[in-house]
Amino acid sequence: MPKILTRERLAPNLHLLEVLAPEVARKCRPGQFFIVMPDEKGERIPLSIADWDVERGSVTAVFLVVGTTTRKLAALRAGDELAVFVGPLGRPSEIGAFGTVILVAGCFGIGALWPTARALKAAGNRVVALIDAKTADLAYWKDRYRAACDKVAFSSRDHALGAKEFVPKPLEKLLEAEAPVARVIAVGCTYLMYASAQATRPLGVKTIVSMNPIMVDGTGMCGACRCTAEGRTKFACVDGPDFDGHQVDWDELFMRRKSYFDDEIRSLCRYEETELP
Amino acid sequence: MAEDKKELAPELKERLRVEFEQGWRKELRKSSPAKERMKGTRQKMPERPADERNKDFREVNIGLTAEMAQAEAQRCLDCANPQCVLGCPVSIDIPSFVKLIEKGEFLAAAWKLKETNCLPAICGRVCPQETQCEELCTVKKASGVPVAIGNLERFASDFERLSGSLKIPPLPPPTGKKAAIIGAGPAGLTVAGDLAKLGHQVTIFEALHEAGGVLIYGIPEFRLPKAILKAEVDYLKRLGVEVRTSFVVGLTATIDDLKSEGYEAFFIGSGAGLPNFMKIPGENLVGVYSANEYLTRVNLMRAYDFPAYDTPVFRARTAAVVGGGNVAMDSVRTAKRLGAERAIIVYRRSRVEMPARIEEIHHAEEEGIELQLLTTPIRYIGDANGRLVAMECQKMGLGEPDASGRRRPVPVEGSEYTIEVDLAVCAIGQSPNPLIPQTTPGLKMGKWGNVEVDWATMATNLPGVYAGGDIVRGGATVILAMGDARIAAEQIDKHLRR
Repeated sequence: MPKILTRERLAPNLHLLEVLAPEVARKCRPGQFFIVMPDEKGERIPLSIADWDVERGSVTAVFLVVGTTTRKLAALRAGDELAVFVGPLGRPSEIGAFGTVILVAGCFGIGALWPTARALKAAGNRVVALIDAKTADLAYWKDRYRAACDKVAFSSRDHALGAKEFVPKPLEKLLEAEAPVARVIAVGCTYLMYASAQATRPLGVKTIVSMNPIMVDGTGMCGACRCTAEGRTKFACVDGPDFDGHQVDWDELFMRRKSYFDDEIRSLCRYEETELP
Repeated sequence: MAEDKKELAPELKERLRVEFEQGWRKELRKSSPAKERMKGTRQKMPERPADERNKDFREVNIGLTAEMAQAEAQRCLDCANPQCVLGCPVSIDIPSFVKLIEKGEFLAAAWKLKETNCLPAICGRVCPQETQCEELCTVKKASGVPVAIGNLERFASDFERLSGSLKIPPLPPPTGKKAAIIGAGPAGLTVAGDLAKLGHQVTIFEALHEAGGVLIYGIPEFRLPKAILKAEVDYLKRLGVEVRTSFVVGLTATIDDLKSEGYEAFFIGSGAGLPNFMKIPGENLVGVYSANEYLTRVNLMRAYDFPAYDTPVFRARTAAVVGGGNVAMDSVRTAKRLGAERAIIVYRRSRVEMPARIEEIHHAEEEGIELQLLTTPIRYIGDANGRLVAMECQKMGLGEPDASGRRRPVPVEGSEYTIEVDLAVCAIGQSPNPLIPQTTPGLKMGKWGNVEVDWATMATNLPGVYAGGDIVRGGATVILAMGDARIAAEQIDKHLRR
């Protein structure tokens, strides 16, 4: 079973998970994800790939602690084994020489967009990162972004980051300052992606979002992750996860993500009462 | 298609004749004349009471006792030209194993089965024998009631497993040749078993975290206990088969990557893992599932034991399952077991056209499942939170037969009505999973996204690459997949020894 090399807290509630999986590491591309199940009784959940190291044979993700599965993951340590680790899944993000690209990254998306930032820079783009973090201590990997991007801006309520406005405002300002912007790529919580797509819609700037519906198998077999994009039902796991943010049925995505809200609370209560280390 | 065979192949005929003429068989035939044998009545499979079993996931059928099995085996006339074998996609020597049961040599019967079928405990449970071996049984032609071949298969293989006398056949010296099997479903497991018995080094690559394919994610515990599947997979492992789970061929490594690791032959058995939807309004409401998702949550992820297991599934007051096949029956009986007060099959044709096994429909009705036939959903209706609350249906009439030979359903204008439901499962079929085709350059595809093969050899257009089961057929049965697998295994063996 795949072994954990690193599990560390990057920010309050945000953890890094590095797993030994040499075959997967060799195949990773920006924008892909893996599916993980912490133990035999666990649930399979998708995590966006935040980094990989072919020589070390490792694959890394950053995740937000939300429910039972992510709490279980956050309680694991280096040396522990995962019941399931499978990937890389999903279609890789499109990488090309687009011109100026704005990356809107929040929460786990700061990690998830990192491979894209790196690849876009290498492909010759002007890469501008807008890191969305409520407070300064929620913004991680700032140095990585500063080293790889042409410009790093923040969207925050925290003076420490030199900004006190939330997306969409700072994005609108960047779109103006950086015009012409070839595309915006937003990865993070559903609301951040939705707000980014709304901000770019009037300008017609192509906006890519990484859909984050509930999944089970992650290989197109079950259809749990279906969402409406471009007017048709798509499976985020095999048709995505990247979609044109202007073509996504956001109401449906918000609604489907809440499918098991009550069950999730029940599961979490059971976990905290009986298992929490 | 390959299964349209009218006569037994000459080698098989010869093999059956040699067995037929063995001394003990002759004596056994003489011991009781056909007239006597025809007097016996078919032993009824003991099953748990409907009102008890529809509340849990334990197996419905209990299995024949030894006495019952022997009495049933006596009904077999041991025909010189056994038609039953013709009906079996994997050509099991049915008379031999049945007569071994009659003689009381149950272990020998199980081993006889395993000569041609690595998964008899599974086939004995899930095969549609009534349309295959039992359909062609001579006793059926004479008296209307065939020998219960499927129940006997189950009996012999269960006897072997419970006896602890699992026999590993003598394996030939390793050939040193490596074969990669993609997908640990019925087709892949069969190819793996056959090739391992021929001395090849076999690795099965499985995307999910447990082996079995549809046998683990699809078919519920109450029809195929996981322990049975596990025992059959363990048997393959003891034959030397390596099973690598959580490995998605096409993404974790492509067929070309595996070639560079020394695999010389490939079998694609990746199944019909792409659920079909009806494309009607409201299908993405919360509470509408594909059968694949619903059954995967309950079976593979053990959602029936939530919250002890972390994966949830909706528990409905009224569940509607759309479709009339075995998957629909499995889904609706699952919904009942998860506490639904009403669990309804909604099917657009009439009972005679239902593709499900008669036994499954019968079991479902005993368990309190309602059938709303000649009915199709036209719209799902949600509340303000996007949760399913009702489905609008339309009555259907039957028109002229279509290409499948079944009468075509025709909507009856003005017949629309609404049923309150809080769970709907769409079980109208699956299409071949596109992952392998998308990631294997040059692989020739058919028009339904299926992999194209030469039916005589199951070879694809790529050298050394074979395919079988639902990736080729687009949604058939376990045993047809296994039949494809047997043909493919024979050809892969030839390819590896070329």
